[in-house]
Amino acid sequence: MAEYKPIRKVVSGNYAAAYAVKHARVQVVAAYPITPQTSIIEKIAEFIANGEADIQYVPVESEHSAMAASIGASAAGARAFTATAAQGLALMHEMLHWASGARLPIVMVDVNRAMAPPWSVWDDQTDSLAQRDTGWMQFYAENNQEVYDGVLMAFKVAETVNVPIMVIESAFILSHTYDVVEMIPQELVDEFLPPRKPLYDLADFSQAISVGALATPDDYYEFRYKLAKAMEEAKKVIKDVGKEFGERFGRDYSDMIEKGYIDDADFVFMGMGSLMGTVKEAVDLLRKEGYKVGYAKVRWFRPFPKEELLEIAESVKGIAVLDRNFSFGQEGILFNEAKGSLYNSSARPVMKNYIVGLGGRDFTVQDVRAIAEDMKRVIESGLDREVEWYHLKR
Amino acid sequence: MEIPESIKKRLTIPAEEHFFAGHTACQGCGASLGLRYVLKAYGRKTIFVIPACCSTIIAGAWPYNTLDANLFHTAFETTGAVISGIEAALKARGIKVKGEDGVMVVGWAGDGGTADIGLQALSGFLERGHDALYIMYDNEAYMNTGIQRSGSTPYGAWTTNTPGGKRHFLEKRHKKKVIDIVIAHEVPYAATASVAFPEDFIRKLKKARKIEGPSFIQLFAPCPTGWRSPTDKSIELARLAVQTAYFPLFEYENGKYRINMPSPKKEPKPIEEYLKLQGRFKYMTKEDVEILQQWVLHEWEKLKKLAEVFG
Repeated sequence: MAEYKPIRKVVSGNYAAAYAVKHARVQVVAAYPITPQTSIIEKIAEFIANGEADIQYVPVESEHSAMAASIGASAAGARAFTATAAQGLALMHEMLHWASGARLPIVMVDVNRAMAPPWSVWDDQTDSLAQRDTGWMQFYAENNQEVYDGVLMAFKVAETVNVPIMVIESAFILSHTYDVVEMIPQELVDEFLPPRKPLYDLADFSQAISVGALATPDDYYEFRYKLAKAMEEAKKVIKDVGKEFGERFGRDYSDMIEKGYIDDADFVFMGMGSLMGTVKEAVDLLRKEGYKVGYAKVRWFRPFPKEELLEIAESVKGIAVLDRNFSFGQEGILFNEAKGSLYNSSARPVMKNYIVGLGGRDFTVQDVRAIAEDMKRVIESGLDREVEWYHLKR
Repeated sequence: MEIPESIKKRLTIPAEEHFFAGHTACQGCGASLGLRYVLKAYGRKTIFVIPACCSTIIAGAWPYNTLDANLFHTAFETTGAVISGIEAALKARGIKVKGEDGVMVVGWAGDGGTADIGLQALSGFLERGHDALYIMYDNEAYMNTGIQRSGSTPYGAWTTNTPGGKRHFLEKRHKKKVIDIVIAHEVPYAATASVAFPEDFIRKLKKARKIEGPSFIQLFAPCPTGWRSPTDKSIELARLAVQTAYFPLFEYENGKYRINMPSPKKEPKPIEEYLKLQGRFKYMTKEDVEILQQWVLHEWEKLKKLAEVFG
């Protein structure tokens, strides 16, 4: 194994994704432009134009076709990638089921963007979370580095268990914001991520194969079970790949939930994606001010890290769940998942849901401090209400 | 089954079979014949993409496959996009596409999945120039869901959502001319074909294999169930559709039109001969028949002019 010397580049989250696609030696990219995803595919096109990447690029006529073409490419044995956001992801919805059902390890970057109307191009997690039940794994990146690392790991995990993965980054906060990213030399990526060995291959004619055929009630059920099982097994693969990534490149992803100050914390902030960068910053400051707080950053939302959450829940008095999303008629989606996961356990921390930053509304260290104050009050004097739309304009 | 040499010599289409017995098509199904001919022309090294349509069922439920070729079932509107992705993957992997010994990537979709919901993906496929073939098998309605009208349903036809009845709620629009839409993309090769003329169809399939870029064939495929026609009349009906010029056989190749009629000089037979064998046209009035007849002759004149000027 060659010695790892990172290549440091100042790139946007989108360029980080494009570099990862190049380094992963993706063979087919079928994509449709949508703000704020566009610069991912522009950069990939630039790599192709400059002869830096050997990728078949299919400029499709819609996101629905982007996913359909990726499915065709993946079924024909290629390593396939696409990227989208918001309305585009919603348009793909039908085909997301097709990709997971046909067990195709496609990797897609979704740039979290709010759903219209009203039109918004800014950050919001509802687009990706609305795809929760499509049979795709979901990895939420906190920063540009995690976008890059996430895409590389996603291919390895997806191709091991034959389930597609969405790597999710925030609109503009990551997609268009430049930061230092440590990239991995190509030969070391190649060692980490060998060429894909497909589960089946439409270009193999040694026997006739039929994929996606009608299944009667006698068989359909078992197909679903196998996908469910693959997702469950993926938890181990995710941890192993995350650990291997850490051993090779110094950034450990063996935990599906990244934790900080948990051991002696009264309560923790839990959330996903870029807003956890703000939370981590705030927690460092709050600790200096004497607050006994910690954080739990959920990296993988699917499969859901129930066991890791339980460990955290057993050691704290409260959990403030920050949701940059909302399930109408109920509550924040992460809150809903987290609460549900603990129902049959003895862990009973106070849990309060804070809806924050929808549609790109700023979420700052000061906001985290205010929420910390509120949580302190809740732990001392009991839960007032489960869901709070934080800083709503009256 | 081994075919005796004496019979082989008389065959005008390839003797080899890659479409097995035991498929689940209705009796007299034109689409199943079409599949059989495509496989005769292309053989084993074919990747079929089939969206939601009768052929989803014809090929058999899991774990069966009556096609001796690789088959990917996909969503209704995606045929054009999926074959694009497969072609891109083969090229990325350095696998030869088309030509004498290359892989044939074939989209096989019905008229609903092509003229209606799949039109956008078809357009994208054609416009980007992928090396694959798209076949629209045209049975003129959504047969798999129980005979509802599609954009390709002809004027005057009964379907379950244009049911005739006292108020005469029949299909009132002429058939959408998908092949004209395809040609508007300036594709290198587009053609019509019919299951009643397998030699012509297979010749066109073989041509599509040689031509660089996307090709399209609109295959006329009778459906006795949906057309309310006797199951032993499918070939006769398909032949009459050509002879009445209702569905003329022609090719468009690099800007040139060529009519491939068995007797091109002959005047088309009256449309009634074609209509009277089918229950789906039984609600048509004399005026309706005349409207359809005029449309057929007008379109036929147009095609002849095109062949004359751009032949």
